[in-house]
Amino acid sequence: MIRSTVSALALTTLLAAPAVAQEVWVSNERDNTISIIDVSSMEVIETIQVGARPRGIMFSHDHKVAYLCASDDSTIQVIDVATREILHNLPSGENPETFALHPDNRHIYISNEDDNITSVLDVVDRRIVAQIPVGVEPEGKAINRAGTIAITTSETTNMAHWINTETYEIFQNSLVGSRPRHAEFTSDDKRLFVSAEIGGGLHVFDTETFEELAEIRFEIPDVHPHDIQPVGFKLTEDMTRVYVALGPANRIAVVDAETYEVLDYHLVGRRVWHMAMSDDETKLFTTNGVSGDVTIIDLERQEPVKSVKVGRFPWGAAYRPADS
Amino acid sequence: MKPTPLVIPTLLASLAANAALATIEVPIAYLELEIERPPVLTNLDPVPADLGRMGAALGLADNATTGGFMGHNYSLSDVVVPLGDDWLEAARTVLADHSIVVVNAPAEALLALADLPEAQSALIFNASAEAEALREGACRANLLHTMPSYAMRADALMQFLISKRWGDLVMITGQRESDMAFAEALRNSATKFGARIRAEKEWDMSSDMRRNIGQEFPVFTQDFPSHHVMLVADEAGDFGPFLEFNAWEPRPVAGSSGARPDAWSDRVEAYGAAQLQLRFKRLADRPMGAVDYAAWAAVRAVGEAVTRTGSNDAGEIRAYILSDAFELAAFKGAAITFRDWNGQMRQPMPVATKTALVAMTPMPGFLHEVSTLDTLGRDRPETACTAFD
Repeated sequence: MIRSTVSALALTTLLAAPAVAQEVWVSNERDNTISIIDVSSMEVIETIQVGARPRGIMFSHDHKVAYLCASDDSTIQVIDVATREILHNLPSGENPETFALHPDNRHIYISNEDDNITSVLDVVDRRIVAQIPVGVEPEGKAINRAGTIAITTSETTNMAHWINTETYEIFQNSLVGSRPRHAEFTSDDKRLFVSAEIGGGLHVFDTETFEELAEIRFEIPDVHPHDIQPVGFKLTEDMTRVYVALGPANRIAVVDAETYEVLDYHLVGRRVWHMAMSDDETKLFTTNGVSGDVTIIDLERQEPVKSVKVGRFPWGAAYRPADS
Repeated sequence: MKPTPLVIPTLLASLAANAALATIEVPIAYLELEIERPPVLTNLDPVPADLGRMGAALGLADNATTGGFMGHNYSLSDVVVPLGDDWLEAARTVLADHSIVVVNAPAEALLALADLPEAQSALIFNASAEAEALREGACRANLLHTMPSYAMRADALMQFLISKRWGDLVMITGQRESDMAFAEALRNSATKFGARIRAEKEWDMSSDMRRNIGQEFPVFTQDFPSHHVMLVADEAGDFGPFLEFNAWEPRPVAGSSGARPDAWSDRVEAYGAAQLQLRFKRLADRPMGAVDYAAWAAVRAVGEAVTRTGSNDAGEIRAYILSDAFELAAFKGAAITFRDWNGQMRQPMPVATKTALVAMTPMPGFLHEVSTLDTLGRDRPETACTAFD
């Protein structure tokens, strides 16, 4: 379902837009590029050449720079949002895949997928300040709002490792389903969500007791259970919803984050991996690896509104609001 | 839809790192019988001497990392029995200290091992033998198979050919036992999926190879009826690799050479496989082969069962592996499980050339009431195995 929703109002807004409007940056794993989507026009307005095998992508908390995992170049690239220039490369350890930025806006926790290591990068001093041994194939990263706990999920070890951000030591391990891919805390830091791609579930943990509160399962008529593979997901700020990318099921699940009930499924592109959400939580942008596009879902109307062609194998997506 | 209740015991889910856990020892043995490799037309692709052993070693490394967080201590003993040595004597020695054994040996040697009195309470993994009988009439309750059977490989290829609507086939077969077994599986599979093997020829090695291949094969294949694809059953890779571009008709080759269905290919890249390929290459300094993959999967299956059950008892591990709760992420896009009626590991299978992945099977559209993975190989209603009842 592709529909243009560029209204007269949106055009007016666009014309009056500031230097940088709302954008979604998408890393294209097999094109070594970032596609920049303008949110109001829902079109790719720029493509940036970056390092080899770009995957994890995020903005600094002030949205002035973007950080990118150039996995096969073993570096984190820092990109100026205003000029689109690569400012410099940061040390990352071998093969960085994903990362998370500490609330201090200074420390980045990086998954080095081939070395069973979580590296901690200081972006000011531009050096690795700690390397923490974790399970095989570290992937998902999350840091709580208080900045006290960092999570690493290990895909082959099937665990979420809980890391103390002061001592850089693991203080807890939680077993989850096979191939955990992504982790996120709720905005009140009280719960941790972890997706298990091959296990097929979304696990929810209490962050004080470490007890598992629920495992959310998915069922889609006419889609084989093998193909339901939860990867990326996003929690809303009010903690009422979680949107879950289901990989080769080509669907985004809409889940009640309180009752853990699955409310709906939206059809998107092929092999949906990760996503970004606008800050007003009205739009969701999903990276569809195999079909090479991004599906934009209108969360108010609860329907996909457009597919935007990007580069080959789009992997990560990050949203930035307009300059104020 | 309601959220599913917890499947993981709280005890395990909330294990504290480095807490005072009772350490569990999990000794695993890798037992290999050296075999005589037949001479082949090219010497460029020797079978690696450590094929299988390195797969088990990688599985151990993967398990050990997880075990480090759980208080589970995995170890692997390699035993390679040279040609001419007493296989069963070596097997008895291994079984005296190990209740979990990953075996890389031909079917007869494997069965003899599984039938030893010392093996009755052991859990044995077949990581190399493809013979159908091991999963059927000659199945054994203490024997699980991570290597796919000839029938599974043939079905994988046939599903691909049918998906392409390339159903008109001819076949060239070598004279070795494995060639004939794979050829028989291809015939059965053609019947099962509605393809036609319109003619067959046997390559008997008596041709005058002083004439070069480019002269020999066109003549040999000239009288084949028209076909889409030429199948080759030449498991040792003797003459098969030379058929492509040397036959009378310009048709693709598939089977033992050309587009080959197998447990693994070093061309698999998706599903996180790039990481497994890289880990293996770092360890073994060569690409990962099918026997490596099967040995890796066996050791990993044990690791997964120990992680989830907290037990190192072979019987409990076997029961867990055969249960619905078991699943292993194995870099082929779908969770790996085991058929509880004959101990065969269910698995997607790549069809690949030497340079690229052609398809990952089962192909879309081949449906099954329980698991699409059961469209590959003999299914429960057809089984002749009764040892698992």
